[in-house]
Amino acid sequence: MTHLRQRLVLIGHGMVGHRFVQAAIERGLTERWDVVVFGQEPRAAYDRVALTSFFEVGADELSLLPEGEYDDPRVRLVLDTAVTTIDRDAREVTTASGEVVRYDALVMATGSVPFVPPLPGRDLAGCFVYRTIEDLEDIRQAAKTATTGVVIGGGLLGLEAANAVHQLGLATHVVEMAPRLMPVQLDQAGGAALVRHIEALGVTVHTGAATEAIEGIDGKVTALTIADAEPIETDLVVFSVGIRPEDALARACGIEVAERGGILVDETCRTSDKAIYAIGECAAPDGKVYGLVAPGYAMAEVVVDRLLGGSGDFTGADMATKLKLMGVDVASFGDVFAATPGSLELVFADAVTGVYKKLVVSNDATRLLGGILVGDASAYGVLRPMVASGIPLPENPEELILPAGRGTAQVGMTDETVVCSCENVTKGTICSAIDGSEEKPGCADVACIKSCTKAGTVCGSCVPTVKNLLAERLASAGREVSNALCEHFAMSRQELFDLVAVKAIRSFTALIAAHGTGRGCDICKPAVASILASQTSAHILAEETVGLQDTNDAFLGNLQRNGTYSVVPRVPGGELTPDGLIAIGEVARDFDLYTKITGGQRIDLFGARVEQLPLIWRRLVDAGFESGHAYGKSLRTVKSCVGQTWCRYGVQDSTKLAIELELRYRGLRSPHKLKGGVSGCARECAEARGKDFGVIATEKGWNLYVGGNGGFRPAHAVELAIDLDTATLIRYLDRFLMFYIRTADRLQRTSAWLESIEGGLDYVRSVVVDDVLGVAADLEADMAGHIGAYQDEWSATLADEEKLARFVSFINAPDTPDPSISFVTERGQIRPSAAEGSAEPVLVASASIPVGAPR
Amino acid sequence: MMAGTKVRQETVRQGIWVSVCRVDQLRVDVGVAALVGGEQVALFRLDAEEITAIGNLDPYSRANVLSRGIVGSRGDTVFVASPMYKQPFDLRTGCCLDDPAVSVPTFDVRVLDGVVQVLAPPVSDGPDG
Ligand code: SRM
Ligand SMILES: Cc1cc2nc3c(=O)[nH]c(=O)nc-3n(C[C@H](O)[C@H](O)[C@H](O)COP(=O)(O)OP(=O)(O)OC[C@H]3O[C@@H](n4cnc5c(N)ncnc54)[C@H](O)[C@@H]3O)c2cc1C
Ligand code: SF4
Ligand code: FES
Repeated sequence: MTHLRQRLVLIGHGMVGHRFVQAAIERGLTERWDVVVFGQEPRAAYDRVALTSFFEVGADELSLLPEGEYDDPRVRLVLDTAVTTIDRDAREVTTASGEVVRYDALVMATGSVPFVPPLPGRDLAGCFVYRTIEDLEDIRQAAKTATTGVVIGGGLLGLEAANAVHQLGLATHVVEMAPRLMPVQLDQAGGAALVRHIEALGVTVHTGAATEAIEGIDGKVTALTIADAEPIETDLVVFSVGIRPEDALARACGIEVAERGGILVDETCRTSDKAIYAIGECAAPDGKVYGLVAPGYAMAEVVVDRLLGGSGDFTGADMATKLKLMGVDVASFGDVFAATPGSLELVFADAVTGVYKKLVVSNDATRLLGGILVGDASAYGVLRPMVASGIPLPENPEELILPAGRGTAQVGMTDETVVCSCENVTKGTICSAIDGSEEKPGCADVACIKSCTKAGTVCGSCVPTVKNLLAERLASAGREVSNALCEHFAMSRQELFDLVAVKAIRSFTALIAAHGTGRGCDICKPAVASILASQTSAHILAEETVGLQDTNDAFLGNLQRNGTYSVVPRVPGGELTPDGLIAIGEVARDFDLYTKITGGQRIDLFGARVEQLPLIWRRLVDAGFESGHAYGKSLRTVKSCVGQTWCRYGVQDSTKLAIELELRYRGLRSPHKLKGGVSGCARECAEARGKDFGVIATEKGWNLYVGGNGGFRPAHAVELAIDLDTATLIRYLDRFLMFYIRTADRLQRTSAWLESIEGGLDYVRSVVVDDVLGVAADLEADMAGHIGAYQDEWSATLADEEKLARFVSFINAPDTPDPSISFVTERGQIRPSAAEGSAEPVLVASASIPVGAPR
Repeated sequence: MMAGTKVRQETVRQGIWVSVCRVDQLRVDVGVAALVGGEQVALFRLDAEEITAIGNLDPYSRANVLSRGIVGSRGDTVFVASPMYKQPFDLRTGCCLDDPAVSVPTFDVRVLDGVVQVLAPPVSDGPDG
């Protein structure tokens, strides 16, 4: 029978070519056909859709054929080999290496190539396209010596490319000729909403910007000139203005191509030559090319089916897109531009959160025709099937796009409906967390739902829906959402803060007598102590407040697992003289303390017993150190990088500023701990954007970012203001910090506060930068008060017999060390020995970590 | 106030009364630790009149730290929250409010002439006395 075998040649081993071979093997086409595949790229097909993750995962992870060959011997895969000509009369293809192969059927899956517009300078070194792994390798190489990158093109792919350039650590610009981003998928308002999100990530967007030329010196890119605008200085340019179907081979041998490019095929994907098919991005069924992978896969299946004698057809594809661009949800589907005659648009836009949603409905408002979702695409799952299947719209279609808090978007949500798509959490799971169970009490706030179900912990876009579910569920169970601090105060922290300020209350006793009940607890006491400290700058061990403090504050150290404390002297900006370093070392040696460099650019000394603390601090204070407040809900550190002084890339003196800020805000008590960072250039070695406030130097001054943290729920700081001089920067920071202190909830880091405050970052910016509330002067005065009254807590304590009296092991044996504390040696230093006399297993903290979440 | 100070003494226990400090050394709702016959005790003054004592050992962390916790109330119950992992212990009964199976010992306290005394339990004949 072998003489009856036919030969199929496939040109192109990209995503669609690979799918074709897979289908051919699976469906038995190779029983009768030998398949020869020529691929131009040096490697077998890989996941081009996930190309951007190449930097994270590498090429192997992306490969669609990790073994490098098919385990069907009738398929021969030849890589790194382009087909150069097709001889249709002889039914032969010739490759670049000179091999000639006869075919009975030819399938072209040559994909497309990036379009590089004919701009002057496009051949300079430093210009790239974004299509293959090799392209990305080249970009990565070039980024090593670059500081800025420009992506030309603000479509889907351009934004992906911008994301990659941004991740490589370059200051990134996107230049789009159209008046908006993603012009094909979004309307003007949707594009504008997207710009806000993307700029918040630190990427600069230029729309309506026509590139005129790429400038260069010595054959290398230096800048981009734009019509009617300032040129952008850059070291690297990535073209992403569109793709051109790779149809050159077809043109050369006279196969018909579509007017706007692409190999013209019928619904069976056959070209004008009956023996030749075209599939994927190079094909133009009905004259139209599809730049997505799913239609290509469908075409591959159709051709295999036809070759097997089937009757499969390709009849067009849904161009709906949902993607997460740099963490921003974007979805567009159906008739986005309301092109259907008589169609109506329903639009919801929230400038504050950057959410933009549009539905296009039929003129009688019964059918959904299309839509755009930016910033919150959680409704995509419900909406898209409505377009596809023509399910009639509900009575009030606008409710489908109103934020959950305002509308009842839960209409028709079943228990199986996925509420949090990032973590795949269903409505049912969330409701059970709210209801609770025998073992676990139900959740009464969003923080609890987050920690129980993980819903809302990734992109946060489902949080409004979660909130709404919570409110509904609690209401129907007769439970209330309470913002009471605890059983002793029916008020929130913010309300208490205002009360204390307005009535000038100076003690917990007075506050609880007038406005609370009972004697307080471990929740309200430290919260009130912190409020009093923010407002009065009194010593925290003062008579009125000492009993309110958590043990860390009460002993000005951090409690460790065996009852000892740790000691952290302040090292502003992480800058430490050799003498200082030696002094710390000597103290550590003399008291035999375990010594470790912390994550905050300073040194922690562990294992000090209560009665040793004053002795240790006496030595440290004498050596010029002061409390580092590692124990307080207060400013911890302002991390620095070495900056302009030494670093060859630095553009400002970041160390100096970090020290200045740390000294300015030291001792400032706040709802949660505060951390800062200052980096000397966009390389960001101080990780400033992982801090509550982060400053990054620019050629022109400082960029200020707020709301970042690591920890339990890491958050990137977002831009508050840019290119500030030092005085303005400090003014804005004073206001920002005081506004946070005044209004945040207990144990709410700045990121959570920005999330929860009505109006979010834009509102805070309007208060801090534009002073819309007229409180800027007050906030600055509060800060000035704090700075003026600052005193080192440890030196003040050492000077005060009464305060010192508390630092004893036992009231009746002040200097007798706690006999239960013992150490063993490990790696040359002490460590706590296992809990003394513990025959029974030691109960440690519960599995959940109580971080930040107000309870 | 010293003369009228009332102390908790529900059950009659045996032992030796050990003086630990003067009443005026204790501040309301601020605990202190004391060594009483080799035992670590946490003393709390709840108000002008009432002083209580419980074991200083936190059964959860097995560190002697309860005297350093914050004092609070739940309804009429007065508790100290362990400074380590925050479990609350009833200052009058020693019971953990969140887990009835766990408790810490309580000690009797009295005030004589302005001096606070704790009843040290009789020396046990255990190995470490
Ligand atoms: C010592 C240190 C670890 C180290 O060995 O390096 C440390 C140790 C503790 N951290 Fe931390 N953190 C230390 C750096 C960090 C960092 C890194 C940083 O600052 O760059 C982070 C993540 C960054 C951030 O906060 O945004 C960090 C996130 C946390 C969190 C989670 C906060 C959150 O918002 O999710 C907690 C829990 C909390 O504060 O509620 C925590 C709490 C603690 C406590 C206080 C836990 C406790 O209550 O005992 C630890 C005791 C400190 C001590 O005994 O001195 N620590 N902690 C670091 C001290 C830095 C310093 O110089 O002050
Ligand atoms: C960064 C990026 C992100 C994307 N994101 C998405 C997305 O989110 N969703 C989506 O649906 N699509 C996305 N796409 C598009 C998707 O990757 C393509 O639709 C898909 O790869 C098309 O498959 P193909 O096989 O037709 O073409 P390709 O994958 O391009 O494969 C064509 C292959 O043919 C080879 N070839 C060309 N000419 C010859 C010749 N003469 N001889 C031999 N070999 C030849 C080429 O070298 C190439 O390897 C993205 C693309 C990129 C670049
Ligand atoms: S990460 Fe956890 S264990 Fe490590 S220092 Fe921070 S709080 Fe302690
Ligand atoms: S949908 Fe992203 S966190 Fe829930």
